[in-house]
Amino acid sequence: MTYRVGQRVRVAARHHAGHHRTPGYCKGKTGRIERVHGQFTNPETRAYGGDGLPELRLYSVGFGDGDHRVYADIFEHWLERAP
Amino acid sequence: MSGHGHDHDHDHAPITNGDEPAAAARARALEELLVDKGVIRREDVRAGIDWLVSRTPADGARLVARAWTDPTFKQRLLADARAAALELGLDPGPAPVVVAVENTEDVHHVVVCTLCSCYPRALLGPPPDWYKSLPYRSRTVSEPRGVLTEFGVELDDEVELRVLDSTADIRYLVIPRRPAGSEGLTEEELAALVTRDSMIGVANAAPRLRR
Repeated sequence: MTYRVGQRVRVAARHHAGHHRTPGYCKGKTGRIERVHGQFTNPETRAYGGDGLPELRLYSVGFGDGDHRVYADIFEHWLERAP
Repeated sequence: MSGHGHDHDHDHAPITNGDEPAAAARARALEELLVDKGVIRREDVRAGIDWLVSRTPADGARLVARAWTDPTFKQRLLADARAAALELGLDPGPAPVVVAVENTEDVHHVVVCTLCSCYPRALLGPPPDWYKSLPYRSRTVSEPRGVLTEFGVELDDEVELRVLDSTADIRYLVIPRRPAGSEGLTEEELAALVTRDSMIGVANAAPRLRR
Protein backbone atom coordinates (compact mmCIF):
# COMPACT_ATOMS: atom_id res chain seq x y z
CA MET A 1 0.00 0.00 0.00
CA THR A 2 1.48 3.32 -0.99
CA TYR A 3 0.35 6.71 0.25
CA ARG A 4 0.11 10.23 -1.12
CA VAL A 5 0.79 13.55 0.55
CA GLY A 6 -2.30 14.64 2.46
CA GLN A 7 -3.64 11.15 3.19
CA ARG A 8 -4.49 10.29 6.77
CA VAL A 9 -2.70 7.27 8.16
CA ARG A 10 -2.55 5.40 11.43
CA VAL A 11 0.70 4.03 12.81
CA ALA A 12 0.43 0.39 13.83
CA ALA A 13 0.35 -0.05 17.61
CA ARG A 14 2.18 -3.37 17.45
CA HIS A 15 5.04 -4.41 19.62
CA HIS A 16 8.29 -5.15 17.81
CA ALA A 17 10.97 -6.78 19.91
CA GLY A 18 13.92 -6.01 17.62
CA HIS A 19 15.52 -2.86 16.29
CA HIS A 20 13.01 -0.56 14.60
CA ARG A 21 12.66 3.13 13.83
CA THR A 22 9.06 3.75 14.81
CA PRO A 23 9.05 5.81 18.02
CA GLY A 24 6.73 4.60 20.76
CA TYR A 25 5.01 7.97 21.10
CA CYS A 26 3.42 7.73 17.64
CA LYS A 27 2.34 4.08 17.73
CA GLY A 28 -1.45 3.88 17.47
CA LYS A 29 -1.64 7.58 16.53
CA THR A 30 -3.26 9.02 13.45
CA GLY A 31 -1.33 11.49 11.34
CA ARG A 32 -1.02 12.92 7.85
CA ILE A 33 1.45 12.08 5.09
CA GLU A 34 3.53 15.24 4.71
CA ARG A 35 6.27 14.10 2.35
CA VAL A 36 7.31 10.98 0.47
CA HIS A 37 11.04 10.55 1.06
CA GLY A 38 11.59 7.65 -1.33
CA GLN A 39 12.76 4.07 -0.90
CA PHE A 40 15.25 3.01 1.76
CA THR A 41 16.67 -0.24 3.04
CA ASN A 42 14.86 -1.81 5.97
CA PRO A 43 16.65 -1.03 9.25
CA GLU A 44 14.83 -3.91 10.96
CA THR A 45 16.84 -6.47 9.02
CA ARG A 46 19.95 -4.37 8.33
CA ALA A 47 20.50 -4.08 12.09
CA TYR A 48 21.13 -7.82 12.22
CA GLY A 49 23.54 -8.10 9.33
CA GLY A 50 20.91 -8.37 6.59
CA ASP A 51 20.94 -6.43 3.36
CA GLY A 52 17.75 -4.52 4.22
CA LEU A 53 16.15 -5.57 0.94
CA PRO A 54 13.55 -5.14 -0.37
CA GLU A 55 13.65 -1.40 0.11
CA LEU A 56 10.63 0.19 1.73
CA ARG A 57 8.95 3.53 1.13
CA LEU A 58 9.65 6.09 3.85
CA TYR A 59 7.23 8.91 4.65
CA SER A 60 7.27 12.01 6.78
CA VAL A 61 4.12 11.74 8.90
CA GLY A 62 2.84 14.77 10.81
CA PHE A 63 1.05 14.35 14.15
CA GLY A 64 -0.86 16.68 16.45
CA ASP A 65 -2.81 19.86 15.92
CA GLY A 66 -2.35 21.97 19.00
CA ASP A 67 0.59 24.02 20.12
CA HIS A 68 2.95 22.20 17.74
CA ARG A 69 3.16 19.35 15.27
CA VAL A 70 5.66 16.50 15.32
CA TYR A 71 6.94 15.06 12.03
CA ALA A 72 8.43 11.57 12.24
CA ASP A 73 9.84 9.47 9.40
CA ILE A 74 7.88 6.22 9.28
CA PHE A 75 8.36 3.21 7.01
CA GLU A 76 5.40 2.08 4.97
CA HIS A 77 4.85 -1.28 6.66
CA TRP A 78 4.04 0.54 9.91
CA LEU A 79 1.22 2.54 8.30
CA GLU A 80 -2.41 1.82 7.51
CA ARG A 81 -5.16 3.98 6.00
CA ALA A 82 -7.11 6.04 8.52
CA PRO A 83 -10.56 7.56 8.01
CA MET B 1 42.47 -8.33 34.73
CA SER B 2 45.75 -9.40 33.22
CA GLY B 3 46.46 -9.46 29.53
CA HIS B 4 43.69 -9.00 27.00
CA GLY B 5 43.98 -11.78 24.56
CA HIS B 6 46.92 -10.91 22.35
CA ASP B 7 50.53 -11.95 22.29
CA HIS B 8 52.51 -9.72 24.58
CA ASP B 9 54.89 -11.03 27.15
CA HIS B 10 54.14 -8.17 29.48
CA ASP B 11 51.07 -6.75 31.21
CA HIS B 12 49.92 -3.30 30.32
CA ALA B 13 46.80 -1.29 30.98
CA PRO B 14 44.62 -0.32 28.00
CA ILE B 15 44.76 3.31 26.92
CA THR B 16 41.52 4.88 28.15
CA ASN B 17 40.08 8.24 29.06
CA GLY B 18 40.61 7.57 32.78
CA ASP B 19 37.32 6.88 34.53
CA GLU B 20 35.86 5.22 31.50
CA PRO B 21 32.06 5.38 31.21
CA ALA B 22 30.24 2.11 30.54
CA ALA B 23 29.36 3.08 26.96
CA ALA B 24 33.00 3.83 26.17
CA ALA B 25 34.11 0.52 27.66
CA ARG B 26 31.51 -1.27 25.56
CA ALA B 27 32.60 0.55 22.40
CA ARG B 28 36.22 -0.30 23.11
CA ALA B 29 35.38 -3.97 23.71
CA LEU B 30 33.44 -4.08 20.44
CA GLU B 31 36.32 -2.45 18.60
CA GLU B 32 38.78 -4.98 20.06
CA LEU B 33 36.57 -7.83 18.95
CA LEU B 34 35.96 -6.49 15.44
CA VAL B 35 39.66 -5.87 14.93
CA ASP B 36 40.59 -9.31 16.31
CA LYS B 37 38.10 -10.94 13.95
CA GLY B 38 39.41 -8.93 11.01
CA VAL B 39 36.10 -7.17 10.31
CA ILE B 40 37.65 -3.72 10.59
CA ARG B 41 41.14 -2.33 10.98
CA ARG B 42 42.34 0.19 13.56
CA GLU B 43 43.07 2.59 10.70
CA ASP B 44 39.40 2.46 9.67
CA VAL B 45 38.32 3.49 13.14
CA ARG B 46 40.86 6.29 13.26
CA ALA B 47 39.92 7.47 9.76
CA GLY B 48 36.26 7.53 10.80
CA ILE B 49 37.02 9.60 13.88
CA ASP B 50 39.29 11.92 11.88
CA TRP B 51 36.52 12.49 9.35
CA LEU B 52 33.95 13.18 12.04
CA VAL B 53 36.04 15.68 13.99
CA SER B 54 37.16 17.39 10.79
CA ARG B 55 33.57 18.41 10.05
CA THR B 56 32.33 21.73 11.41
CA PRO B 57 29.16 23.83 11.28
CA ALA B 58 31.04 26.19 8.95
CA ASP B 59 29.99 24.01 5.99
CA GLY B 60 26.30 24.19 6.90
CA ALA B 61 26.72 27.95 7.44
CA ARG B 62 28.06 28.36 3.89
CA LEU B 63 24.93 26.69 2.53
CA VAL B 64 22.67 28.95 4.58
CA ALA B 65 24.56 32.13 3.68
CA ARG B 66 24.35 31.27 -0.02
CA ALA B 67 20.64 30.54 0.36
CA TRP B 68 20.12 33.95 2.02
CA THR B 69 21.81 35.77 -0.85
CA ASP B 70 20.67 33.66 -3.81
CA PRO B 71 16.95 32.75 -3.94
CA THR B 72 17.41 30.25 -6.77
CA PHE B 73 20.13 28.47 -4.77
CA LYS B 74 17.73 28.41 -1.81
CA GLN B 75 15.16 26.65 -3.97
CA ARG B 76 17.76 24.08 -5.02
CA LEU B 77 18.82 23.62 -1.37
CA LEU B 78 15.21 23.04 -0.31
CA ALA B 79 14.67 20.62 -3.18
CA ASP B 80 17.87 18.58 -2.74
CA ALA B 81 20.31 19.63 -0.03
CA ARG B 82 22.81 16.94 -0.96
CA ALA B 83 23.10 18.24 -4.52
CA ALA B 84 23.29 21.83 -3.24
CA ALA B 85 26.17 20.90 -0.92
CA LEU B 86 28.04 19.25 -3.78
CA GLU B 87 27.45 22.38 -5.87
CA LEU B 88 29.40 24.42 -3.26
CA GLY B 89 32.13 21.77 -3.17
CA LEU B 90 31.03 20.53 0.27
CA ASP B 91 30.97 16.90 1.36
CA PRO B 92 27.36 15.98 2.23
CA GLY B 93 28.55 12.77 3.89
CA PRO B 94 27.27 9.21 3.74
CA ALA B 95 23.66 9.95 4.81
CA PRO B 96 21.48 9.15 1.81
CA VAL B 97 19.27 12.21 2.05
CA VAL B 98 19.68 15.60 3.68
CA VAL B 99 16.51 17.66 3.81
CA ALA B 100 16.75 21.41 4.37
CA VAL B 101 13.79 23.25 5.87
CA GLU B 102 13.31 26.99 6.11
CA ASN B 103 12.38 28.98 9.19
CA THR B 104 10.25 32.00 8.38
CA GLU B 105 8.16 34.61 10.19
CA ASP B 106 5.31 32.10 10.23
CA VAL B 107 6.93 28.66 10.62
CA HIS B 108 9.69 27.50 12.96
CA HIS B 109 11.38 24.08 12.67
CA VAL B 110 13.41 22.37 15.38
CA VAL B 111 15.22 19.06 14.90
CA VAL B 112 15.55 16.15 17.32
CA CYS B 113 16.33 12.46 17.13
CA THR B 114 14.19 10.80 19.78
CA LEU B 115 15.61 7.34 19.06
CA CYS B 116 19.33 8.13 19.20
CA SER B 117 21.40 11.03 17.84
CA CYS B 118 20.85 11.23 14.07
CA TYR B 119 22.30 14.53 12.90
CA PRO B 120 23.71 15.94 9.64
CA ARG B 121 27.26 15.36 10.87
CA ALA B 122 28.88 15.97 7.49
CA LEU B 123 27.55 19.53 7.39
CA LEU B 124 27.43 20.40 11.12
CA GLY B 125 30.16 18.30 12.73
CA PRO B 126 29.58 16.11 15.77
CA PRO B 127 26.29 16.79 17.57
CA PRO B 128 26.41 18.66 20.88
CA ASP B 129 26.10 16.51 24.02
CA TRP B 130 22.71 17.99 24.91
CA TYR B 131 21.35 16.83 21.53
CA LYS B 132 22.03 13.25 22.63
CA SER B 133 20.62 13.75 26.14
CA LEU B 134 17.38 12.09 27.22
CA PRO B 135 15.78 15.36 28.40
CA TYR B 136 16.28 17.05 25.01
CA ARG B 137 15.12 13.98 23.11
CA SER B 138 11.98 13.46 25.16
CA ARG B 139 10.96 17.05 25.90
CA THR B 140 11.41 18.40 22.37
CA VAL B 141 8.52 16.28 21.09
CA SER B 142 6.28 16.85 24.12
CA GLU B 143 6.85 20.50 25.09
CA PRO B 144 9.00 22.09 22.40
CA ARG B 145 8.05 25.68 23.23
CA GLY B 146 9.39 25.19 26.76
CA VAL B 147 12.61 23.71 25.36
CA LEU B 148 13.00 26.64 22.94
CA THR B 149 12.43 29.12 25.77
CA GLU B 150 15.27 27.50 27.69
CA PHE B 151 17.49 27.98 24.63
CA GLY B 152 16.43 31.64 24.51
CA VAL B 153 13.98 31.46 21.61
CA GLU B 154 10.59 33.04 22.34
CA LEU B 155 8.13 32.27 19.57
CA ASP B 156 4.93 34.24 19.13
CA ASP B 157 1.86 32.08 19.73
CA GLU B 158 0.84 32.43 16.06
CA VAL B 159 4.08 30.89 14.80
CA GLU B 160 3.53 27.33 13.57
CA LEU B 161 6.02 25.09 15.36
CA ARG B 162 7.20 21.93 13.60
CA VAL B 163 9.33 19.39 15.42
CA LEU B 164 11.26 17.14 13.01
CA ASP B 165 12.13 13.78 14.54
CA SER B 166 14.87 12.21 12.40
CA THR B 167 13.83 8.64 13.07
CA ALA B 168 15.21 7.01 9.92
CA ASP B 169 17.52 7.82 6.98
CA ILE B 170 16.81 11.53 6.60
CA ARG B 171 19.05 14.19 8.14
CA TYR B 172 17.55 17.64 8.64
CA LEU B 173 19.23 21.02 8.29
CA VAL B 174 17.36 24.16 9.34
CA ILE B 175 17.81 27.37 7.34
CA PRO B 176 17.37 30.01 10.05
CA ARG B 177 15.78 33.40 9.33
CA ARG B 178 18.17 35.99 8.00
CA PRO B 179 18.67 38.61 10.74
CA ALA B 180 17.20 42.06 10.18
CA GLY B 181 19.86 44.64 9.42
CA SER B 182 22.19 42.17 7.68
CA GLU B 183 21.47 43.58 4.20
CA GLY B 184 24.92 45.10 3.65
CA LEU B 185 26.93 42.03 4.65
CA THR B 186 28.93 39.84 2.29
CA GLU B 187 28.17 36.15 1.99
CA GLU B 188 31.20 35.36 4.13
CA GLU B 189 30.09 37.80 6.83
CA LEU B 190 26.61 36.31 6.72
CA ALA B 191 28.00 32.81 7.19
CA ALA B 192 29.56 34.00 10.47
CA LEU B 193 26.04 34.70 11.77
CA VAL B 194 24.87 31.15 11.13
CA THR B 195 25.48 29.24 14.34
CA ARG B 196 25.32 25.49 14.80
CA ASP B 197 22.31 25.83 17.11
CA SER B 198 20.44 27.97 14.57
CA MET B 199 20.77 25.12 12.04
CA ILE B 200 19.25 22.70 14.61
CA GLY B 201 16.46 25.20 15.21
CA VAL B 202 17.08 25.82 18.92
CA ALA B 203 18.39 29.32 18.24
CA ASN B 204 18.03 32.14 15.78
CA ALA B 205 20.97 33.27 13.66
CA ALA B 206 23.26 35.67 15.49
CA PRO B 207 22.02 39.25 15.04
CA ARG B 208 25.48 40.77 14.49
CA LEU B 209 29.00 39.77 13.60
CA ARG B 210 30.94 38.11 16.38
CA ARG B 211 34.37 39.65 16.70
